Amino acid sequence: MQQESLVSIFINACLINNFVLAYFLGICPFLGVSGKLGTAVRMGGAVTFVMLVTSVCAFGIQTLLNWIDAPYLQLISFIAVIASTVQLVEMFIKKTSPILFRQLGIFLPLITTNCAILGLALFQTNKEYGFWQSLVFALGAGVGFTLALILIAGLREKLELARLPDLARGTAITLVLAGLLSLCFMGFAGLDGG
Amino acid sequence: MISNDVEISSADEFLKGVFAQNPVFVQVLGMCPVLAVSNTAINALAMGLATSFVLAMSNLSVALLRHWVPKQVRIVTFILVIATFVTIVDYVIQALSLELHRALGAFISLIVANCLILGRAEAFASKQTLSRSMLDATGMGLGFTIALLCLGCVRELLGSGSLFGVNLLGSHFQPWVVMILPAGGFFTLAGWVLLLNWIHQRRQAGRMTRNH
Repeated sequence: MQQESLVSIFINACLINNFVLAYFLGICPFLGVSGKLGTAVRMGGAVTFVMLVTSVCAFGIQTLLNWIDAPYLQLISFIAVIASTVQLVEMFIKKTSPILFRQLGIFLPLITTNCAILGLALFQTNKEYGFWQSLVFALGAGVGFTLALILIAGLREKLELARLPDLARGTAITLVLAGLLSLCFMGFAGLDGG
Repeated sequence: MISNDVEISSADEFLKGVFAQNPVFVQVLGMCPVLAVSNTAINALAMGLATSFVLAMSNLSVALLRHWVPKQVRIVTFILVIATFVTIVDYVIQALSLELHRALGAFISLIVANCLILGRAEAFASKQTLSRSMLDATGMGLGFTIALLCLGCVRELLGSGSLFGVNLLGSHFQPWVVMILPAGGFFTLAGWVLLLNWIHQRRQAGRMTRNH
């Protein structure tokens, strides 16, 4: 895995194996928050940032765990790091920019239970990425997540004006849209070989 | 709060997780594992059972600890409790069947981040008695497993023409490959949600005409 170039890792995490549309990670905010375009962009930004921080921390922890030979502590330490990172980011934003803090509101603490972040930490460990590879992987995953969120938010804003049967309103139509987007993203699979 | 609880019978406490408040179809919680591992019925069943176990054990522990955990650190405490049980499940599945462990992959570890479990711990087990928390957890776990099986059976039957690994539709059946792909998960779930919405609407319409 060491030979995998940074560009290929980025494209892979962002488009080919998009976290939301191929791995189903982070579906909860995807369905819950994607009603408005503005919120989707901010949510994507916050998640990307937490992903980057988590990626660095997870890399450090994995090195430490390998050193003391305690793989069974992996999950517990990862989730503890993510929870405290989110808490830290929350306090930092609150201190430096109260306006942004109010805009993000409840979404900030909810990032803790976003499986995309824990998934990222687990995947980068499984793939045995180095430091820079992990960082680029996190960036790609974050950009991919934001992209999926923005796309579905745009579609849902248009849906407000469409004439839908009452039956399909809400969750059902969003799931169908997500399925169609997922089909579209399968088209990127060809990039892998080239 | 307390007078309200007495009115709900134990049976209702158990059944609400299966029907009225089904975690997947009604509350739309814990979607990531639901969509990701429901491509075959066996994976879906294993995932459902693993999640139910973690849910029951974490509800049990949280209900036991609820008087000693300070309010400020409760979320972190709950998450650590959940992570401990998930680690146990992870190692148990690895010991029982390596093949299953490989099929489910990182999604066993990701049970930690299932918002259903943290949600039940925070909203129910941290405020209720031990027995009620257990009833709630088993009911919710059963509802979750049933929902996963609903998706898993449909996707496996259409996607590879078999059920629990047994070929049912014969060799002439052209499998719908899209059903085992990620997109199929979204479509199948959308189908079930539509069906349940329709049943719900029919029922309400029936009730309205009876009242008039």
